[in-house]
Amino acid sequence: MSDKREITLIINGRSYAVRVEPRRTLVDAIREECGQTGTHIGCEHGVCGACTVLLEGAPVRSCLMFAVQAAAKEIRTVEGLGSPENLNPLQRAFMEHHALQCGFCTPGFLMLVTGVLEREPDISDDELIDVLASNLCRCTGYQNIIKAVRAVAHDMRQARSTASA
Amino acid sequence: MTVAQPHAGWVGRSIRRVEDPTLIAGSGRFTADLPATYRVRFVRSERAAGRISKIHVPDGATVITATDLANVKPIRPMLHKFDYVPVGQPVLAVDQVRFVGEPIAAVVAASDAEAEDIAEAIEVEIEDQPAAVDARAALAADAPRVHSEVAGNIIVKGAVETPGFADARARADRIVRLELRSRRQNAMPLEPRGGHAAFDPGSGRVTLTCSTQMPHLTRTAIADLLGMPETDLRVVAPDVGGGFGQKMSLAGEYVLLVWLARKLRSSVAWHEDRRENLIAAFHSRDQFIEIEGAFDRTGKLLALAADVIANVGAYSCFPTTCAVEPLMAMAELPGPYDVRAYRCTARGVVTNTCPMAPYRGVSRPVITFALERLMDRAALEFGIEPSEIRRRNLIETFPYKSATGLIFDEASYRQTLEMAVAAIDLPAFRARQQKARACGKYLGIGFSAFSERTGYGTPAFAARGMEIIPGFETVDISMDPSGLIEARIGASPHGQGLRTTLAQIIADEIGVAPDRIRVTHGDTDRTPYGFGTFASRSAVIAGGASLLAAQKVRIKLIKIASLLLEAAPDDIVLEAGAAKVAGTDRSIAIEALARAAYHQVHRFKGEIEPGVAASATYDPAGTFANACHVTIVDVDPETGQVRIENFIAAEDAGRLINPMIVDGQIHGGIAQGIGNALLEEIVYDQTGNILTSTLADYLPPTAHEIPPIELHHLETVSDASITRAKGVGEGGAIGAPAAVINAINDAIAPFGAEINEIPATPQRIRAAIQAASQRAEQRA
Repeated sequence: MSDKREITLIINGRSYAVRVEPRRTLVDAIREECGQTGTHIGCEHGVCGACTVLLEGAPVRSCLMFAVQAAAKEIRTVEGLGSPENLNPLQRAFMEHHALQCGFCTPGFLMLVTGVLEREPDISDDELIDVLASNLCRCTGYQNIIKAVRAVAHDMRQARSTASA
Repeated sequence: MTVAQPHAGWVGRSIRRVEDPTLIAGSGRFTADLPATYRVRFVRSERAAGRISKIHVPDGATVITATDLANVKPIRPMLHKFDYVPVGQPVLAVDQVRFVGEPIAAVVAASDAEAEDIAEAIEVEIEDQPAAVDARAALAADAPRVHSEVAGNIIVKGAVETPGFADARARADRIVRLELRSRRQNAMPLEPRGGHAAFDPGSGRVTLTCSTQMPHLTRTAIADLLGMPETDLRVVAPDVGGGFGQKMSLAGEYVLLVWLARKLRSSVAWHEDRRENLIAAFHSRDQFIEIEGAFDRTGKLLALAADVIANVGAYSCFPTTCAVEPLMAMAELPGPYDVRAYRCTARGVVTNTCPMAPYRGVSRPVITFALERLMDRAALEFGIEPSEIRRRNLIETFPYKSATGLIFDEASYRQTLEMAVAAIDLPAFRARQQKARACGKYLGIGFSAFSERTGYGTPAFAARGMEIIPGFETVDISMDPSGLIEARIGASPHGQGLRTTLAQIIADEIGVAPDRIRVTHGDTDRTPYGFGTFASRSAVIAGGASLLAAQKVRIKLIKIASLLLEAAPDDIVLEAGAAKVAGTDRSIAIEALARAAYHQVHRFKGEIEPGVAASATYDPAGTFANACHVTIVDVDPETGQVRIENFIAAEDAGRLINPMIVDGQIHGGIAQGIGNALLEEIVYDQTGNILTSTLADYLPPTAHEIPPIELHHLETVSDASITRAKGVGEGGAIGAPAAVINAINDAIAPFGAEINEIPATPQRIRAAIQAASQRAEQRA
């Protein structure tokens, strides 16, 4: 079990040379080997989505992947979105709409939504509910997460139609 | 009823939370984010009941068992009333196991993976014994005993009967009876529990960082169990990923971490995985209730009787004890209704299952479910609207002394009912329901009116007979020489936004913006002794203490300003960050007052103490928030599937300090209540093996299952709270299950079917409809 592999994880554009056992999960490597603790572990069964990160632009459960599977691929985590002093529009919408309480699920939701809106900017309000049902939040009752995400999707669509007009 | 007037300050405004930016940026600091030299993995019992005959440990492994912990006392909370039988829970099982998931051994290794490998290799031989799993079965004369000292498995028993009960019941025109069942649930915070204990060789102290709602009581408990001075232990609650009550009870695992840190003179961490959380981190709401209402011919409730059986699991939680569910059920079952005659028995029954502990609302989601089902059944029998029978029975005059002696302060039970009825447009719904039924579509409406007892201090806890009586909160406020204000609190928020809420209260007193105030919590080295955040108490009690301490700081600042500005104290106002002489242009910045308080004390000529600091404690008797929930559901009788169309809550939590935060609390509570009503269930088989060990089995609700929630507010002013705020943390979870189940019953009424069990899963709804059809066929 202790045959460690040397791999490079590329997180938010920065390379981390790490030695991990083949069985090391991606989320453990991100948190412990790379020190990026914004990605959280809620169940390790792939159900809650707290550990969601973007791998080559697609949302994945980082508790269900091995770190070696993500070697040399582009990983994005919450730390890459915006700092507390300089939140990005999606993060600001979460604050404006009170879309978090304890904040433990928040990084997972932010990465899920970031990945989906980048790939499907025209996603409908109803389809967004399907997307948000991928992750669990125990505090908010989802009301304000839905509001925040719809508002951001709306703003993005409006910005694009203004730009193309 | 007096309604709060608009307030021209920070209180009452939906300012954005100071907690948010770091959490949203992933810069929050949770327990699992700390590095540790050693990791701990617990070996847990796979048997519900049995004797440990042998533990085989691989060579060279560091494994702690009960024999290593001879000097560690068992967790043994005490209650001095209600025939409570104290039982001890060893930190690691001593000879005997009593539930699946009970810790037997602790593996210490350099990494989680290594610790898990060793744990896998440990063999525990257990001689099986018969297990008591179901609470009713555990009451049978020949049932296995869970603890030899607990006769009949009854660990606590309460009984109340008001004088003249039998006469009142005899005067009734109609007796309505129901048997209800609430299945077992898990509070399921998204962050499981976890702890990190670090020994400091310099001071000999240990810092325990853990995911808790009550840092000071955790310190007290662990220091007592280990026999060490409390001061040698520092407990830190960093960012905590939700608690909902599950993290207000002591985790035995944390005791072991502190013991290990001292033994190894190093740092050790344990992070509960989700399976451990689901099987061993406290359960709730496993109750049977029989309820009987005696009504006169107008539908007025004359007498209420109930029998409550609460399955409390294998041990008793610290600090509340496992009596908290049955006794709260007994004390608060009459709810918001005016009923003078009451009889109740409530028993806590030990079984070979995971211990019970408080979960958002404690017993009240279950008793509200029972009482509100009773009201709906009575309405059906009287042939009147469910809203009408409530109208005829809700408390309307205040203060109201309940049959169990509780004092209900000013509230708005009737008004919130009327708000809910109007918001849902009841007549329009009834018309739509008729049309839908004609097309084979089954809609139903469900109401739930309830009270939420909140913000109660030491008198309420003392009445329960607890050995350790929580209740007060202290707030220390100081202003540093640069003029920044810090409020240190004993409460321990974990998602409630209390830092923002308290800053709003303090800001109004001191005349500064909330961003000039830092609220510090969750560190026993830095904060005054307090009891933490639970029981919808913090806004009321820590809020009240914040107000009192801020008033003292205000007086001090005015005194300094009066001297420096050479004006009478009565002429000084604090506003917009300055002390001003009213009616003049003379003013001095708050920062300059702070500077003078520390660095120009010679100007005070001994008349004013140096520095700016004040402390205050608040210990109120308690208050009652209230609400009426109403929901419309669509039930598919073929599949038993329930779709919730909409959900409305008309609520009254007194003055809203931050309406945005209050709404968030209610949304979250209602979502948990909907999950509890329809989906969530911890399932044991007959041998006490647990079948729900992933979130895919336990089924917390997702964004799909929660409908849009519409909120209406009233703000009744009550003298029971000095900030005029009542607690609001639990109400959503208390009311929602009853409203949802009432709506399902209204929907399936045409089949003659009835369901009185939560969660009302599709299978159970189908079974209820089938049973009703069979009854109809037999009659035909």
